[in-house]
Amino acid sequence: MSTKTLYDKIWDRHVVRCAEDGTCLLYIDRQLVHEVTSPQAFEGLRLAGRQPWRTNANLAVPDHNVPTTDRSKGITDPLSKLQVDTLDANCADFGITEFAMNDIRQGIVHIIGPEQGITLPGMTIVCGDSHTSTHGALGSLAFGIGTSEVEHALATQCLNQKKARNMLVSVDGQVGAGITAKDIMLAIIGEIGTAGGTGYVIEYGGKAIRDLEMEGRMTICNMSIEAGARAGLIAVDEKTIEYVKGRPFAPKGDLWEHAVAVWQTLHSDPDARYDREVHLDAATIEPQVTWGTSPEMVVPIGSRVPDPANEPDPVKRKGMQDALNYMGLEAGTPMTEIYPDTVFIGSCTNARIGDLRAAAAIIKGHKIAGNIRRALVVPGSGLVRKQAEEEGLDEIFREAGFEWRQPGCSMCLGMNDDRLTPKERCASTSNRNFEGRQGPGGRTHLVSPAMAAAAAITGHFVDIRTLED
Amino acid sequence: MEAFTKLNGLVVPLDRSNVDTDAIIPKQFLKSIKRSGFGPNLFDEWRYLDYGEPGKDCSGRPLNTDFVLNQPRYQGAQILLARENFGCGSSREHAPWALLDFGFRVVVAPSFADIFANNCSKNGILPVVLDVMVIEQLFCEVTATPGYHLNVDLETQRVTTPGGGNFSFEIDEFRKQCLLQGLDEISLSLQHADEIRAFEERRRSEEPWLF
Repeated sequence: MSTKTLYDKIWDRHVVRCAEDGTCLLYIDRQLVHEVTSPQAFEGLRLAGRQPWRTNANLAVPDHNVPTTDRSKGITDPLSKLQVDTLDANCADFGITEFAMNDIRQGIVHIIGPEQGITLPGMTIVCGDSHTSTHGALGSLAFGIGTSEVEHALATQCLNQKKARNMLVSVDGQVGAGITAKDIMLAIIGEIGTAGGTGYVIEYGGKAIRDLEMEGRMTICNMSIEAGARAGLIAVDEKTIEYVKGRPFAPKGDLWEHAVAVWQTLHSDPDARYDREVHLDAATIEPQVTWGTSPEMVVPIGSRVPDPANEPDPVKRKGMQDALNYMGLEAGTPMTEIYPDTVFIGSCTNARIGDLRAAAAIIKGHKIAGNIRRALVVPGSGLVRKQAEEEGLDEIFREAGFEWRQPGCSMCLGMNDDRLTPKERCASTSNRNFEGRQGPGGRTHLVSPAMAAAAAITGHFVDIRTLED
Repeated sequence: MEAFTKLNGLVVPLDRSNVDTDAIIPKQFLKSIKRSGFGPNLFDEWRYLDYGEPGKDCSGRPLNTDFVLNQPRYQGAQILLARENFGCGSSREHAPWALLDFGFRVVVAPSFADIFANNCSKNGILPVVLDVMVIEQLFCEVTATPGYHLNVDLETQRVTTPGGGNFSFEIDEFRKQCLLQGLDEISLSLQHADEIRAFEERRRSEEPWLF
């Protein structure tokens, strides 16, 4: 009887050869390219006189540096402009398909892959971006790489890899009303820590994961890297196949039938063995808010800011104290008494249509609170933006006082003009609350889109389950 | 890539866990399209009191004298001693580029984020994992001893301390050989071009929609 995990199956199908020490040449089906981590890789190809191994295996999009305001005058920051222009030029030179800044299909690389059917089940996918783990939601082995490996994948269509260990994170049972994929994932990170998945590929399972729609599964897999794992995976089921069907780059006709037959095998065998298993009880998961400067510094909304004095480990205690100092918080403060200045709804974690719908449902008929200085909605792609506008979501956001922006990474990391100022406190649907991540001195609290929306209209963090219409 | 064989270098301790790549090299410096020149902006937000921007001359910027890299006794350090989960966060190779440009060739820590460690080894920086208790001991020794050096030998996979402490570390054989010889990994992989092509042909027949 076969006892393979989903990871084992995808890995085995992509090994070209293995050396004695277990380092394998792993074939890469797809490489996604963006402007920040690729210029040096293309330069490397040029210097060595090399061409891409398989041009049509690559797709490029500018996302980190693009302005989310008016684009009619182009990019004003000369360095951002140079980087985006360099991507355009490299794609033209090497014949790589690019969704350029003013293409309606442009968006955050991890949003457009699944959206276009460029991401397909069973693939190996890489990108010079750690949130490449997102694509694992479709049952593909997807992971972030550095620029040297971007060049290596361009030149050889392969990477030198050692197989990771298998971890199962099973979220058993059913989540309560109002609990979203983001809350589940933050709870997982709170449980296993930001290094808990280091050296593993995490497969997410259990009823609460199977119950999620595809977009929620993408939110889960997206933050695998915040749990230290290079990749996250979710088994293919009917939802996966239904999601992929009819997308522009998905197979059609007989090829579709053939593909579906293969994809239906993309799940772990019943007796698959994992090197580590973690089980969470879905029913105990509450809406989550981070209080510190690492995604593992997270608590349920009903809690208080933790007290470092209660932490026995001196290294962790110091880390907690540093975080409180940076965040300008006092131990013991109820999370519901933290007042953001800014609300950011966006990023590869939470800028899909379902995320915007969830936020709009809370905001509808309300105005942002007086203490909220700015509130941004940055859709994940041009097509998400268009869909939202067709549904009238943009009007709901605008009427509440939100700014309705063009697609890109935006304030998740502030490589464009969307940045926090020192000490500015932000309720953010993004993935990292590191020091300075959203702007120098900026203070980030990671939450779900619904929780961010609720914070926007009440002016403080609040349990969305207690929110009245 | 410059080969790494052995190093006897001055050690600087960075006493924080979960040091992320945003801290190592903040995002505004990622707009460069080059591989070099990141050293002056390594740990920019901790190192300087003002806000750093690309192109800004760092020589006149106000230094945060409390930050360990700015302390006179650690000038010229080539070995960074760090805590758990060093290099977590994004996949930016600009992080090892900045460490290398500053002068670091070795980072010693109880654990590293996976992508970061991988990126280091592709740039001639050796990530050394030692037991957490050993790391604790090294932190005590380096803080107590001005001019504290470690000797790091990749061939024998050993770290030795001035007091005669001797610790072995693990490293993948492939990664080790690439570092020892400064190998170009792409050339190595292209030696298997025929195998890659044969693999592609087989896969094309099995799953044609992938091509």
